[in-house]
Amino acid sequence: MSKISLELGSGGRLMRDFIAGKIVPSFADPLLRDLGDAALLPGGLAFTTDSYVVDPLFFPGGDIGRLAVNGTVNDLVVSGAEPRFLSLAFILEEGLESEVLDRVIRSIRTAAKAAGVRIVTGDTKVVRRGQGDKVFVNTAGVGRSIARPRPERIRRGDKIILTGTLGDHSLAVTLARGEYGLKSGVRSDCAPLLFLLPLWKRGALWMRDVTRGGLATVLSELAERLPYPLLIEEDKIPLSRPVRAAAELLGIDPLFMACEGKAVVVAPAARAGDFLRRIRAHPLGRRAAVIGEVQDRVGRPGELLLRTGVGGLRLLEPLTSELLPRIC
Amino acid sequence: MKPLRDPAALKALLGDIGERARRLKRKPRLMEVCGTHTMALFRSGLTPMLAEAGVEMVSGPGCPVCITPNAVHEAAIAVVTGVEGVTLAAFGDMTRVPTRLGSLQTAVPARGSRLRIVYSPEEALDEARRAPDRPVVFYGAGFETTIPAIAYTVRQAAAEGLKNYAVLPALWLVPPALRAILEAKDVAVDGFIYPGHVSAVIGAGPYEFVAGEFGVPGAIAGFEPGDILLAIRSILDQALAGRPGVALEYSRAIGRDGNPVARALMAEVCEPFDAGWRGLGVIPASGLRLRDAYAGFDAGRRFGLGAATADGGTDPAGCRCGDVLRGVVRPEGCRLFGTRCRPDAPVGPCMVSYEGACLIHFKFGPERRGRG
Amino acid sequence: MCLAVPARIARIDAPGQGTASYMGSQVKVNLSLVPQARQGDWVIIHAGFAISVMDEKEARETLRLFKEMAAAFPDEAA
Repeated sequence: MSKISLELGSGGRLMRDFIAGKIVPSFADPLLRDLGDAALLPGGLAFTTDSYVVDPLFFPGGDIGRLAVNGTVNDLVVSGAEPRFLSLAFILEEGLESEVLDRVIRSIRTAAKAAGVRIVTGDTKVVRRGQGDKVFVNTAGVGRSIARPRPERIRRGDKIILTGTLGDHSLAVTLARGEYGLKSGVRSDCAPLLFLLPLWKRGALWMRDVTRGGLATVLSELAERLPYPLLIEEDKIPLSRPVRAAAELLGIDPLFMACEGKAVVVAPAARAGDFLRRIRAHPLGRRAAVIGEVQDRVGRPGELLLRTGVGGLRLLEPLTSELLPRIC
Repeated sequence: MKPLRDPAALKALLGDIGERARRLKRKPRLMEVCGTHTMALFRSGLTPMLAEAGVEMVSGPGCPVCITPNAVHEAAIAVVTGVEGVTLAAFGDMTRVPTRLGSLQTAVPARGSRLRIVYSPEEALDEARRAPDRPVVFYGAGFETTIPAIAYTVRQAAAEGLKNYAVLPALWLVPPALRAILEAKDVAVDGFIYPGHVSAVIGAGPYEFVAGEFGVPGAIAGFEPGDILLAIRSILDQALAGRPGVALEYSRAIGRDGNPVARALMAEVCEPFDAGWRGLGVIPASGLRLRDAYAGFDAGRRFGLGAATADGGTDPAGCRCGDVLRGVVRPEGCRLFGTRCRPDAPVGPCMVSYEGACLIHFKFGPERRGRG
Repeated sequence: MCLAVPARIARIDAPGQGTASYMGSQVKVNLSLVPQARQGDWVIIHAGFAISVMDEKEARETLRLFKEMAAAFPDEAA
């Protein structure tokens, strides 16, 4: 008898197989089949949902409340929609200190205000002690679609822009759990990506926020849909010092680590310089960089390649399983 | 250590290596014993440059995840799925090896049990200290580099009377494996790059037999591109001079005598036995197990698991990890490589571990370069 | 799995226990295998344990050697 393992929720292959093999065919809906970060509904609406189970609830740079707002907001932004309304549902564990819940609610209020979204409906359930873990949050988001992502228009020479450093969120949460005996000044990058919205009107072709599975997973999934291989350059990928240190020390790869306030943007070749200037002009995009391009000099269609610091080529595959559970 | 990655210095060394390789009668084939060296060679792009310079590199058995037989991986899975309320602590790579029972990642733990990934064995010991009523089993796998740290936790648990701590050992010794490879003669090796961090513990002495009995030169190397090239140049110099030895090209980090404190700790806690390796079979005195004085900390004995001493176990059908570990075939020589066996659906452990030759070849393999 | 990095001992916290600094981060390091190590020493850390104390003189010598080799190929400087 098969049972659900933690691996299913890791963002890896098992999860993708589960969604493609069980969820999508069960409902056979063309809107679901696109599997974007949000569904684009008739009438110019975008609709998305996400659940948050991060452990611990509070970590440097963020908390579950802030994550629950920004995660859903960002799914709308990268789907070409301006976030407007959020639902808020709690699953609380019996015995939770109400002060903890108050802190989470305050954080949600602040984050929602900052992101310009209204919380307009919700739900609260309490489960017996041990049947949950302190606080789980679900948010659904509705936004007004301002542009449709156009991955089918991506051409050779188009540029891949990363809006900042990789892995800070994943590392901040892990170290907040006191794991690996490592301490650093790392902070989660949890933030709303609203400053990317104007790029849609300027011809952005595709965006995706870099969450579970990291940059390698996000770009591998894009590469699978394109007739050209993608090539990114290791030297151009911005990393914070704490992430660099953790990567060397623990042997983990920042390309597979989760962020909560970073996105990749595919820009038409002619606009890449303009896009980069605009992204860098925002405080959350200061370390943005063009990290690669759509090309056909190396690799085969469908592949994502990394040119290493010394000029070698490395094939990147989607994350198979994240070794760090419950980071979002 | 930036100068050790300086392209100009590396080019100078590659020039020296090419010049020496040409003077040898046949194309030298060197084995990098350690998986971390394999990774460093591919990551830095040195492998094709060395091929151009006339040096062939083959990977050795230096990946503990890979050479641990599936019987042991299955014992670890049996602990977490069969015992209630236990924490199984393990290094990350160990949790993804596919077996008949799935992997530690896909296994569903028994009620109250959980898997925990650790960086240091001491994290597992700390968990046992925090909750003395909860059994903690550390899946202790490694070579001489890691064994002292694992032995430390056992001795410490004994000293502190931590009865809830145990180790499931998968402890491997490098020199006996080298002897097995040399005696099997199914791959001709003209020189060994010895593992720098294993040597930090055992020193240079245990490799002397390779030069003395088999006439094969070698050098202990660090892990920067420059370190590896220095070691290769030294090996070729030894070959040209007809004076094989054990050169130390990592003297900033280790001494020829290694770390006697670490060795004494290993000897106090562990004893050698004839262990079965994946691909290499049973090798005399090539594994360590806990001494009888520490039997209470052996998870195998405590939970009645089959002794991990049996034969090497069998590879999954069609999988040639065993041959890859002996250096007999390159990963590309396995029919499953890149087809049925891929990083996101590995068949054998060499496609799982970050030090596994198949995973490294898949990611960086020269046969992929420029194909388009 | 024999991944190890050089780091400097920032302080000794207790007998056999210390904190090392590595690229601006602090990592707990067990010093039981290197009883001769002192604050300020560079050590090789593997799986949370220092397994070796580095020799600064040898390190400087290695660096000098590589700088010399690089200087002989000035056109390759990257």
